[in-house]
Amino acid sequence: MMRRDSGRRDASRRRFLQRSALGAAALGLAGCDRLSQSEQVAGTLNLAQRLNLRVQRFLAGERGLAPEYPASMIDPVFRPNGSTDPQSGRYRELAANGFADWRLTLDGLVETPLSLSLDEIRALPARTQITRHDCVEGWSAIGQWTGPVLGDLLARAGVKSQARYVVFHCMDQLNGKDFYYESLDLVEARHPQTILAHSLNGAPLPTANGAPLRLRAERQLGYKMAKYLSGITLVSHFDDIGDGRGGYWEDRGYTWYAGI
Amino acid sequence: MPDSLPTTASAPRGRRRHPLPVRLWHWFNLWCLVVMLMSGLQIFNAHPALYWGSASHFDDPWLELYAIRAPNGDIRGQTALGPWVFDTTGVLGYSAANGRESVRGFPAWSTLPSYQYLSMGRLWHFFFAWLFAGAGALFVLYALLSGHLRRDLWLSGAQWRGLGRDLLDHLRLRFHGPHGGYNGLQKLSYLGVLLVALPLMIVTGLCMSPTFNAAAPWLLELFGGRQSARSIHFIVAAALVLFFLIHIAMVLLSGPWRQLKGMLTGGPRVTEEPAATSTTPTTRSGRDQHDAS
Repeated sequence: MMRRDSGRRDASRRRFLQRSALGAAALGLAGCDRLSQSEQVAGTLNLAQRLNLRVQRFLAGERGLAPEYPASMIDPVFRPNGSTDPQSGRYRELAANGFADWRLTLDGLVETPLSLSLDEIRALPARTQITRHDCVEGWSAIGQWTGPVLGDLLARAGVKSQARYVVFHCMDQLNGKDFYYESLDLVEARHPQTILAHSLNGAPLPTANGAPLRLRAERQLGYKMAKYLSGITLVSHFDDIGDGRGGYWEDRGYTWYAGI
Repeated sequence: MPDSLPTTASAPRGRRRHPLPVRLWHWFNLWCLVVMLMSGLQIFNAHPALYWGSASHFDDPWLELYAIRAPNGDIRGQTALGPWVFDTTGVLGYSAANGRESVRGFPAWSTLPSYQYLSMGRLWHFFFAWLFAGAGALFVLYALLSGHLRRDLWLSGAQWRGLGRDLLDHLRLRFHGPHGGYNGLQKLSYLGVLLVALPLMIVTGLCMSPTFNAAAPWLLELFGGRQSARSIHFIVAAALVLFFLIHIAMVLLSGPWRQLKGMLTGGPRVTEEPAATSTTPTTRSGRDQHDAS
């Protein structure tokens, strides 16, 4: 349906256009790879993270609950990811002894630092919740978790007013070198479903799922939920921990806000 | 904007066939959707399998891209769709990335970045999601307020009734005249994209967010759980790719240069009576109701 009078001019223009489009597409693809390697571009793209946190917090509220599921939906095997069998000498020693010598410390910007044995933690009032675990990779699994509410422990230790983040220290080294760690802000740490789970599906936490104690932060993706816990520290900032981005995976490019 | 179409010089002043907001959104949206699609495939590649329900039943995905070692030692890429398994070596499951064959869902040329880099794919996806949703919301508002939706996109009674014949005409590659308004099938596909597919992409995307699930658990239930939402997100994205391909085919079949120029410059001005001057009607007159009214 092209008009005849300008057909020839159009044909050469079309060729030019086609070539430009192909060239732009090729440049575009290579360009996107190049852009992805630029710190500045990553920084700009990261701006969306702050917006996500604010808007999602506003929509969900500080205490909005993650969905909980009936027992019939529990997955018989809860798929583990990341470290599944920590090899650090300290962990293996503690595990060999059934974690009888393991203690969880809670310190940093608190009035009264705590140090609790596994038996003491198991004796604390606990919350049991059947929740869905969402891996950043895209899959989900449902499990039943039991353990004390983190907010209760924080209240018992007394959080100082300068504290802004709760840092979780772990005993596993996913790359064989750096210890896993994670952090939550106080809103997520004090959320009623944020617990320190010592049991999965009614049994002591299996090694693959983070024995003896792991974090459950049900409105976050899986990488936030630190396993193999050894200590919890209240801090005002996390610039001097690891590479300063608030977690093992955050130090490797993943966003600190993991609610989406 | 100066118009190089000589025929329009004599045409009476009127609204452009494609008003500026339509053109701006059209090209901005193309850019957003390409980035969203390619970064989305990057994210999908982190776990190239889809399920129905809340959780992933790993032994029962309805779609999976993976690689196997054939009896002769070769690695083959495979795609399992329900009970069917296809050999898709080179494209799906196993393909070359950076000159090296590797196990990956979608091939390097379709993902952003081209190499496996989930965290970067997420950064692109979630940044452009805001641009895409913002521009889309503005456009829907414009379409409602300016009358674009009612005047140009909504089907007339006759068009609703004539959809069957429209479909047959399209299948025979017989299209309606280039001037005047969109035909019924065309309007239906634009409405479907604007009011169904694009909003569905946003909502199913949000339903994969655990914090958003806490904000609107009912929405998650509506889609049948997080893995269902992920599947629907993927299926609607595939439908949008199909729309894109048909859209390009239609442009190529109906005067690509004129169409492209129209979407860039706005095209000829349209008057309120049917513009019959320079058209070569491809359908018999009498039932040609594709004017701009």
